[in-house]
Amino acid sequence: MPKDTLIRGPVYVLEDNIDTDLLIPACYLNLVPTIPEEYRKLGSYALAGLPDSFPKYASNPDGSTPYPIVIGGRNFGCGSSREHAPIALGAAGAKAVVAESYARIFFRNSVATGEIFPLESEKRLCGEFKTGDQAEVDIEKGTVTRLSDGAVFTLKPVGAVAPVIAAGGMFAYARQIGMIKR
Amino acid sequence: MTITEKILARESGASIVSPGDNIWVNCGILLTHDVCGPGTIGIFQREFGRDAKVFDREKVVILPDHYIFTADEKAHRNIDILRAFVKEQGLPYYYDPGTDSYCGVCHVALPELGHVRPGETIFGTDSHTCTHGALGAFSTGIGNTDAGFILGAGKLLVKVPPTLRFVLDGEMPPYLSAKDLILQIIGDITVDGATYCAMEFTGSAIAALSIDERCTICNMAVEAGAKNGIIAPDQKTLDYVNARTKKPYEPLFSDPDAKVVSERRYDVSRLEPVVARPHLPDRRALARECRDVKVTQVYIGSCTGGKLEDFVMAAKLMKGRKVAVRTLIVPATRTVEQGLSDTRIDGQSLRSIFESAGVEPIAPPSCAACLGGPYDTFGRTHGKEVVVSTTNRNFIGRMGSKESQIYLASPYTAAATALTGHITDPRDV
Ligand code: SF4
Repeated sequence: MPKDTLIRGPVYVLEDNIDTDLLIPACYLNLVPTIPEEYRKLGSYALAGLPDSFPKYASNPDGSTPYPIVIGGRNFGCGSSREHAPIALGAAGAKAVVAESYARIFFRNSVATGEIFPLESEKRLCGEFKTGDQAEVDIEKGTVTRLSDGAVFTLKPVGAVAPVIAAGGMFAYARQIGMIKR
Repeated sequence: MTITEKILARESGASIVSPGDNIWVNCGILLTHDVCGPGTIGIFQREFGRDAKVFDREKVVILPDHYIFTADEKAHRNIDILRAFVKEQGLPYYYDPGTDSYCGVCHVALPELGHVRPGETIFGTDSHTCTHGALGAFSTGIGNTDAGFILGAGKLLVKVPPTLRFVLDGEMPPYLSAKDLILQIIGDITVDGATYCAMEFTGSAIAALSIDERCTICNMAVEAGAKNGIIAPDQKTLDYVNARTKKPYEPLFSDPDAKVVSERRYDVSRLEPVVARPHLPDRRALARECRDVKVTQVYIGSCTGGKLEDFVMAAKLMKGRKVAVRTLIVPATRTVEQGLSDTRIDGQSLRSIFESAGVEPIAPPSCAACLGGPYDTFGRTHGKEVVVSTTNRNFIGRMGSKESQIYLASPYTAAATALTGHITDPRDV
C-alpha cells in the first residue's frame, strides 16, 4: 500500500462501470508488471482505453499522472482479472480511487498488490467533482474534502480487508499471521 | 449449505462456512496463461525466492492462448518466460504453442483435458475462470499477486460468497441458446447485480443443456460481477468428466434447504433471442428489434462462443447459404478445430459449410480478437466496425478499436446476421 494515508491533489473524474479495457487496453498486456521498465510503461498507458473526449490521464512528460486521486461511480474496475489495471494506475502515480462500488477482482487486486487504495464513498461523487478540482483524501478519518469550498464527503469503512490493507498487501499479511514463512 | 459453501468448507477444513466468512481455501487447480503467467511467476519468484518450488506440480496448469499468432516480440518473450519456468519446475501440464501439445483458449481446453472435476476448487488468472463451475467445481478468477501467492502456498484467503439462485425451467424454443439465457439474466440483474456473489443455475432447462452450453452460462457469470457461477453435477457431467480423467473426485450438491439470498425463476419457453448492445453486457435488446443495425463484421469464437456446439448452431443456419458480410470463425481449441472437420450436418462437415458460405479463412485456435490484442491479431477491429460477436464483452475498445461497436449475441443470431448483413433474429432466416 502507498504509505501516506493523507492524499492531496487534483482529481480525475470518471463515471459508472469503468472496465479494465478502459483502464489498460489489451494491446498493452504484453507488458509484464514485475519487470521494472515495463511497470513504468504500464503507468504511461493507464486509462488509455478511454474515449478521446476524456483528457489524457498520464499526461506528465515522464508518463506519470498529475491526478493522484481518481473518482468513479458504481462497479469500478469491472471486466477482466488483469492485475495490470490497478498496477497501471499505481505506476502512473495514482494513490487512491474513490468509487461508489467496485468489481470484485479489481478491488481484490488493488488490495493484494498494495498499488492503490480502493475506497468506497457513502454517496456518489462523480457529480461533486470535476477533473482538476483539488481534493484531500484522509483515509484514517474516512473523508474526502473538496478544497475549493471545504465540503466533506464520507468514506465507507474498509471492512474485512482492513487487516490486509493495514499489513501492506497479501504477502505482508500472510507473513504477519504466519501463513507463509519468509 | 449451498454447493459453493460446501466446496469451500471442505477445502478449508471447516465443517460449516457461511457467506462473509474469510477462510483459507486449498487450491485444487491453479490455471494461468501467457498474459498473466509471466507476472504471476515474477511475483512467486520475488516473494518465495528464486529457488522456490511450486506447491504441487500436479495442480498447476499453464495454457497459453491469448497472444499466440502475432509477430509481437513481447508476446513471444512472455511465452519464453513460461517455457523457462515450466522446465525449471518440471511442470507436467503445459501446452506449448507451436507444438502438438498446444490447445488454445484455456477455458475450453481446461475441461477438455480433464483438469476440471466436480467438487474441486480452481483459481485462474483470468476472470472467465468462472466457466468451470459448469462442471460443479468452485472456480474463480484472481489476479497475479493472489496467483503468485497460491503458487507458493497452495491456498488463498477467500471470502465465502452469498448465493443467488437462478431456476430455469421449460423447454428451449428452436434457435434459442444458452447465450440468450445468460444475456437475459444479465440484462435483468445488470452488470453489478451479482457482485461478490455465487450464481447458481438450476432447473429442468439447465439439466437439458449440454456441457458446452452450461459452460456458456457460467462463463458469463463474471459479466454480472459474480465471484463464481455454478451448476450441480449430474450424470451428463460425470460422463463428461470420467471420459477425460482418471483422478478421483467427490461431487458436492446444495442441500434442499440451503439458504440463498434470492431466487429468480425463468420459463425459457417464453424467451426470445437477444443481443447486448454496445458497450455493456447488460444492454439487452430483442434481436428482432435491432433489425436496423447494419453490421460490417461477424465474429464467432472465444471461450463463450467458440466451442464445437456453437459452430454446430452457426452451421445449421449457414448451410447452403452465403454470408453477406465479413465473417470470422475462430475455433477455441484444436479439439474444436478438429471437430469442424469431423462433425457433419447432412453429410457436410461444418468446415465445408462455412467455406461454402464464404467466411474468411478459418483462423487457428486462440483468443484472437475477443480481446483485441496486438495490432496484427486476427479479426481485431481498427476503425468504426460494427460487429456482432459470440464473445462475452462489448466494452469500448474490447476488440481493438475504440470506435467500433460490439453487439453480443448467440451463435444462431450471429450466423443469421452474417447471412443478412443486419442484426437478425435467427427465426427469421
Ligand atoms: S476467449 Fe476472450 S474472454 Fe475467453 S479467455 Fe480468451 S480473451 Fe478471455
